[in-house]
Amino acid sequence: MNIKTFDSRPVALPIKKIVKENETTNTYVFEYFLGSKPGQFVMMWIPGVDEKPFSVAFDDGNEFWLTICNVGGSTAELFKMKEGDKVGIRGPFGTAYEFADGDHLALVAGGYGAAPMYNVASEAVKKDCKVEFMVGARNKDLLLYTHKVLGLGSNVNLHISTDDGSAGFKGYITQVLEDLLKKEKIDKVFTCGPEVMMQAVGGVANAQGVDCYLSMEKYMKCGIGVCGQCAIDDTGVLACKDGPVMNYADVKDLPEFGKYHRDSVGKKKHFN
Amino acid sequence: MANLKIKFCDVGFENPTVLASGILGVTASSLKKVVKDGAGGVTTKSIWLEEHKGHSNPTMLGTENYFINAVGLSDAGIEKASAETFPEYLDGKSPPGRDLRPAPIIASIVASSIDDFGELAEKIEKCGPDIVEVNISCPNVEDEFGKPFACVADDAVAVTKLVKGKISSVPVIVKLSPNVESIGEIAKACADAGADGFCAVNTYGPGMVIDVDMRMPVLKNKVGGVSGPGIKPLAVKAVYDVFKATGLPIIGTGGVLSGEDAIEMMMAGARLVGMGTMVYYRGSEGFGEVVREMDEWCEKNGVKNIEEIIGIIK
Ligand SMILES: Cc1cc2nc3c(=O)[nH]c(=O)nc-3n(C[C@H](O)[C@H](O)[C@H](O)COP(=O)(O)OP(=O)(O)OC[C@H]3O[C@@H](n4cnc5c(N)ncnc54)[C@H](O)[C@@H]3O)c2cc1C
Ligand SMILES: Cc1cc2nc3c(=O)[nH]c(=O)nc-3n(C[C@H](O)[C@H](O)[C@H](O)COP(=O)(O)O)c2cc1C
Ligand code: FES
Repeated sequence: MNIKTFDSRPVALPIKKIVKENETTNTYVFEYFLGSKPGQFVMMWIPGVDEKPFSVAFDDGNEFWLTICNVGGSTAELFKMKEGDKVGIRGPFGTAYEFADGDHLALVAGGYGAAPMYNVASEAVKKDCKVEFMVGARNKDLLLYTHKVLGLGSNVNLHISTDDGSAGFKGYITQVLEDLLKKEKIDKVFTCGPEVMMQAVGGVANAQGVDCYLSMEKYMKCGIGVCGQCAIDDTGVLACKDGPVMNYADVKDLPEFGKYHRDSVGKKKHFN
Repeated sequence: MANLKIKFCDVGFENPTVLASGILGVTASSLKKVVKDGAGGVTTKSIWLEEHKGHSNPTMLGTENYFINAVGLSDAGIEKASAETFPEYLDGKSPPGRDLRPAPIIASIVASSIDDFGELAEKIEKCGPDIVEVNISCPNVEDEFGKPFACVADDAVAVTKLVKGKISSVPVIVKLSPNVESIGEIAKACADAGADGFCAVNTYGPGMVIDVDMRMPVLKNKVGGVSGPGIKPLAVKAVYDVFKATGLPIIGTGGVLSGEDAIEMMMAGARLVGMGTMVYYRGSEGFGEVVREMDEWCEKNGVKNIEEIIGIIK
């Protein structure tokens, strides 16, 4: 961000545009030089309501996007806001998905994870990478970003799976990934979505001898490595600073990975 | 290598640096990481009898000169601390592949009524901390609870007496507020009531930061406690006053970012040096770096034992 180092005050930005992605998901467009790398996140202050972490879905230096799912709390308040209303943005924070020019990448997305994965894809095609974009959802109405992905050009292949078979492969996206990894040489697998899904993706990738990077979404209060709310058991590394993007191999044996996260007061919440 | 070991109320610390309460103190894993990164001791986030929500975000922000927070003392309550945080910290097992030195753990406790402090004291002693720190000085819950106990001598004395009456196996220190007319007088009153030492100071204020584009305060709570580099001269003076008034051991806290800052705090009268906001500027690795800087200063200045400099400012 073009603010002085150590200044973590939010920058007030008007919402330039709101794009409806599906029943529960909007993309918020801001005209601002954010200077983020794919995988990084910002803290968005919804004035008078709260401030929450969101991954950057796109950033070309002129504008950046946040794709946000309305899950009912402060996001419901955000969904009442209109174009031109101001929010506060701090960031970008955290680690990014790193790749080399010409890499062949498999990007595996679940839920709003399609947005940060799209960010990777849009940067990767600029670097002559070949991208397998794999997105899974319960049904076809919940699929996100598939049209945008198709717009990225011929170096990007779209793979879809739905639990009910209403679009693409009927079943889990991990199956599609496994088949692909057996057929083609992939340099890296990147994934973003529910933790249990990412755990499965990492398992499939590592079994095929491919490195996998994922996005650790833990409850974040400060985003700047101070509060300790996002510390991961049992190494105590911070999801906001040492993550969110981490190597699956480094997290797969951590006692909390795929099992639980914590709430706003630090109590364990087990995934069911 | 100078000798940086410190005895504080008979508890041994490898070096004088201590993680201040409320920073990286939510889980045992996090506290252990801070020890691994070099801290001589750690303080838990302030623990309540029951779960306490705290304030909504934004709860904190920083600039080069200061930091401000209104976390509002969010905590899961003593039950989680006794079931999880303390057993996991005290089991001595280090995370895989890590060489963890044992380091004392200071339990910070907080309550909204004097009576609650009694029950909490009994429960926290059973958790097995090395020291109990009584937080009666948080400035960012005034709307909820009124003036902190540390700002009223009679209240500070009542809490100190009650907690000291319940806890016999470990030292009890009082975390003082700098937002008083005479911190020395409050400290003296607590000392007479049986306090074994002090942590000085908690955050200043409360203060306010306004976003001029939004035309509203940034913190959801509107106001919050100020910490970091800007408060250091004030905190050094507060520690000097408390040491003069009581001569008791003090964890000197407030705006310490470097080894020289820590030395300065000790010259004013601190036996240990607390750091919270430093983590914002240097990460938790900053603990190891500060310890190295203290050692370098000692080498350069012919100080063999760090004890020599405590309270040398008359
Ligand atoms: C690094 C990171 C990137 C994220 N990127 C996106 C994104 O691109 N799009 C998107 O829609 N969502 C994203 N999220 C999740 C988003 O932060 C939560 O959905 C949002 O905070 C919910 O707010 P709420 O008040 O509406 O929900 P609540 O009603 O308060 O809670 C609903 C659920 O949201 C989660 N949540 C709530 N607060 C937080 C918090 N402070 N930190 C983490 N999780 C929280 C919890 O699992 C909670 O159970 C991301 C989270 C993280 C940590
Ligand atoms: C984010 C944050 C949270 C804090 N939470 C607590 C707390 O729970 N209990 C407490 O006694 N002090 C709390 N404090 C105060 C610190 O422990 C410390 O006394 C103060 O910040 C001054 O030291 P520093 O400048 O090194 O941060 C908090 C401070 C910050 C910045
Ligand atoms: S969110 Fe505060 S340390 Fe990570």
